[in-house]
Amino acid sequence: MDDLTALTASAIAAHVRGRALSAREVTDRFLARAAQSNPVLGAYLLLDADGARVAADAVDARLARGEDPGPLAGVPVAVKDVIVTRGLVTTAGSRMLAGWVPPYDATVVERLRAAGAIVLGKTACDEFAMGSTTEHAAVGTCVNPWDPSRVPGGSSGGSAVAVAAGAAALALGTDTGGSIRQPASLCGVVGWKPTYGRVSRWGAIAFASSLDQIGPMATTVRDAALALEVIAGGDPRDATSLDQPAPSLLDALDHGVAGLTIGVPREYRPDDLDADVAAALERAVAVLRDAGASVREVSLPHTRYALPAYYVIAPAEAASNLARYDGVRFGHRAADATTLEQLYARSRAEGFGPEVKRRIMIGTYVLQAGAYDAYYRQAQQVRARIRGDFDAAFTQVDAILAPVTPTPAWPRGASPAPLDQYRADVFTLACNLAGLPGLAVPCGATATGLPVGVQILGRALDESTVGRVGAAIERAVGPAPRAPWPAEGGHP
Amino acid sequence: MTAWEPVIGLEVHVQLATATKAFAPAPVAFGAPPNSLIDPIVLGLPGALPTFNRAALELALRLGLATGSTIRRTSRFARKHYFYPDLPKGYQISQHDEPLCEHGAVDVWAAGARTQVALARIHLEEDAGKLSHRGATSEVDLNRAGVPLVEVVTAPVLRSADAAFAYLKALHRLVRYLGVSEGDLEKGHLRCDANVSVRPVGATALGTRVELKNINSFKFVRQAIEHEVARQIRILDGGGPIARETRLWDGAVGRSETMRGKEDVADYRYLPDPDLPPLHVDDATLAQAHAALPELPAARLARLMADHGLPFDDADQLTGDRALADYLDQAVAAAGPALARPVAAWIINELGRELAGRSIGASPVGPAALAELVGAVEDGTISGTVGKEVLAAMVASGDGARAIIEARGLRQISDVDAVAAVAAQVIAANPRQVEQYRAGKTTLLAFFVGQVMKATGGKVNPKLASEHLERLLASPGT
Amino acid sequence: MAKVLAADEVRALAHLARLEIEPRDVERLAHELGEILDHVACLGEVDTAGVEPMTHAVAMTLRLRDDVPGPCLPPLDGGVVVPAIIGGD
Repeated sequence: MDDLTALTASAIAAHVRGRALSAREVTDRFLARAAQSNPVLGAYLLLDADGARVAADAVDARLARGEDPGPLAGVPVAVKDVIVTRGLVTTAGSRMLAGWVPPYDATVVERLRAAGAIVLGKTACDEFAMGSTTEHAAVGTCVNPWDPSRVPGGSSGGSAVAVAAGAAALALGTDTGGSIRQPASLCGVVGWKPTYGRVSRWGAIAFASSLDQIGPMATTVRDAALALEVIAGGDPRDATSLDQPAPSLLDALDHGVAGLTIGVPREYRPDDLDADVAAALERAVAVLRDAGASVREVSLPHTRYALPAYYVIAPAEAASNLARYDGVRFGHRAADATTLEQLYARSRAEGFGPEVKRRIMIGTYVLQAGAYDAYYRQAQQVRARIRGDFDAAFTQVDAILAPVTPTPAWPRGASPAPLDQYRADVFTLACNLAGLPGLAVPCGATATGLPVGVQILGRALDESTVGRVGAAIERAVGPAPRAPWPAEGGHP
Repeated sequence: MTAWEPVIGLEVHVQLATATKAFAPAPVAFGAPPNSLIDPIVLGLPGALPTFNRAALELALRLGLATGSTIRRTSRFARKHYFYPDLPKGYQISQHDEPLCEHGAVDVWAAGARTQVALARIHLEEDAGKLSHRGATSEVDLNRAGVPLVEVVTAPVLRSADAAFAYLKALHRLVRYLGVSEGDLEKGHLRCDANVSVRPVGATALGTRVELKNINSFKFVRQAIEHEVARQIRILDGGGPIARETRLWDGAVGRSETMRGKEDVADYRYLPDPDLPPLHVDDATLAQAHAALPELPAARLARLMADHGLPFDDADQLTGDRALADYLDQAVAAAGPALARPVAAWIINELGRELAGRSIGASPVGPAALAELVGAVEDGTISGTVGKEVLAAMVASGDGARAIIEARGLRQISDVDAVAAVAAQVIAANPRQVEQYRAGKTTLLAFFVGQVMKATGGKVNPKLASEHLERLLASPGT
Repeated sequence: MAKVLAADEVRALAHLARLEIEPRDVERLAHELGEILDHVACLGEVDTAGVEPMTHAVAMTLRLRDDVPGPCLPPLDGGVVVPAIIGGD
């Protein structure tokens, strides 16, 4: 085969299981692509070449013994650095965890390995997953493979870039307010945030526990569904994981959308919507209608409160979750602290970056006894209203179609005011507040060739319908092509 | 001078008797090497998540039911935030505004009377680690971190240090009875904080409250509260205001000192724990906790007094330990209710001495065997003195009382003629004492009884012996 | 315009969150936090009377774990040591 890295994960697994390809040669080829592209793209914070080869050889050995290594046999996977990997440095993109080696694997990593997948390394992200550009990171620079002067999106930017650039066949991201779907959309790949509780959070370094969810990123909807089938399913170690078996998704993808009713929320089509984003949305509407779906407008009246509700709830939970980083047992410890108070305040000041600190401060503010009811409790009540909007809409439609980002990828280093940065998530975070599944798929490009995606939101636990709609768009529009940067052996 | 009335509320942390921690499967044990009972959850490692221990819920429910509390069918866990080196996550998982149990009461026997101490709440939480201070540094041992606790909070209903102590004693007894806690005070299984205020007698409003922490030992409770009440009265009598504060009790010097004042009252930033969905208590779990309830100690004490006619002190002592009370009940069942009082006396006095500090569970003499012995004493087969000897033999050999009595020929001589003959011999052998007796020193009767016992190896019924002796000594014609 | 936190409020928050902040950053933080709080203040417009706060994304009840010990990590090398503690929590 000419370029193994252009194969889908499904094709790789089929070839490896059929022994047309060895896991080792696939892994070596992806490692080479990752090593070659990383100086330009910065997708990986860490490549575990040795570990990947050992794992690949083990898969090949199982095949040689006549065993089935599993549905992801030999599939090279990149793992966002907020997901812990036993024996492999995991930093959450933070100085706070520089050099930290977890003594355990996240459930999703265990499940990937058990399914025959090969973990290539850990990908760049905004610190503790707080950001929309992968620029809020302690180390490294991760760029958009369609235009290195632009952001890849975030916070799962490295995972999106790795997949878009053929430096991994699959990747795991986490999505708290859009962190899978948004970089997927900006990099031209598929990103799937499952229903809250579908996938175990055991081993996902917490940002906002009631919003965080791990999900797959891939070049096709089928690949993402394949990965989701592997990582989903209840886990006794995560009390918020749903006691549900992993969904069976692959068959549904071919069912088409004839007879489905798709809603487009009017609140997600503001008058000033970016022309390219609007065009992608219209394109998706057209192809779904062509495929036999009926598309209608719906209303989610509390949409404008999603951003403020999110920016109360997420920082509050973050402030709480990040209290454990105190310099005492693990993580960064200030060298010159002579009192306990100094040890705390200085370790945390040195270990956390400015965006993380800002959110800790906001979260601390809204949880104070005097502010709790007006901010935190009110935000949780508004959250219930937002969920109510979706529940009402889903009595009329089977899925919701919406833009992912307000604009295509924007230039790096723009560093607008915090609030303007937060607005990048305006279309994605309601899905997290409501706990619903959301799937971003590529849906065309701008005149300058930047990918633009759309997202499909569904009822809780109805990944199947979401996948059907995504697959229908993908069939009509085609998956985004391989990103141009970096070209093999030189610039494009 | 104003007469002052103390108002006291206690917050007692009770360690639940579970095998694993509240929110982690790491084991609970005492005396393990420092920082060895740890896993990613106990350490608060990034990515670790809590799961809740079923046994902790069942034990807490048992205590809730035993105190007649209202059980909240859906309660919640909240995060209570503060930074301290013994608190790995930077927050403690506790219950805040929706605790598991509310409005219960603990039955307390104090000074022979039964009263009730109202509880505000009982909630579940996890313990912190243990700090030890070594000069310029402090060391943390996280073995205790995450151990399940219930916090039992009384209403401000206690009116004296003695009442507080009696309540603590009752609570301690209750949690051990229920198997809710091992209740080992040396291991800190019960730890007490006290809220103390005083007000003029007759007033209804509460005075300014001071929280006393670090009352490490039960024996300090009375002292610490009395000291605090006296301190507040002294300030109020001097016209001063009481500062709302937390004070640390120093048992070594018998004093308290300010730990923090009102201005730095911590803001714990409570947050419903997003990692832990609401805790639902279903019918089956509640029924199971109900089924696990034994007869409660206060009720048992009342029954021992009413049904068996035991004096308060005996009943109190025998209900101090559930196994001891079970032993009594079984022994009385075997001996018959008429013998309840002597059975109780034998358990408290003679068996207690034989056990020499060992627990009743270690007794080589079972309740039925003891009942047999008491029966033999009470029906006159042997004397009480011989009974003690028989008990010692039972402990040593494990044989039954009547078997030992027969084998050793200890059956006491109840034949009237035989006893009369021995009495006559004794009188004949001790003319000087006979003279003194007859001159009015009648206390010498005991001497004669002793001589009869000595001559017969203790086998004579002493009552019978003294009857004969009295008769013979009263008739100088012999 | 945007609410601005008092410098003392910012310092108190930073202490509560155990974050050492440079004096020169106080004003910037006061402004940034004020802007964010100002933005989220519109939540108060929503009629939430009688609405149960949504503390979790999915309505479910807590599963219980059986009281069976699991594996431990190796004991911490060198223990856990901090500068001496003065006073209490």
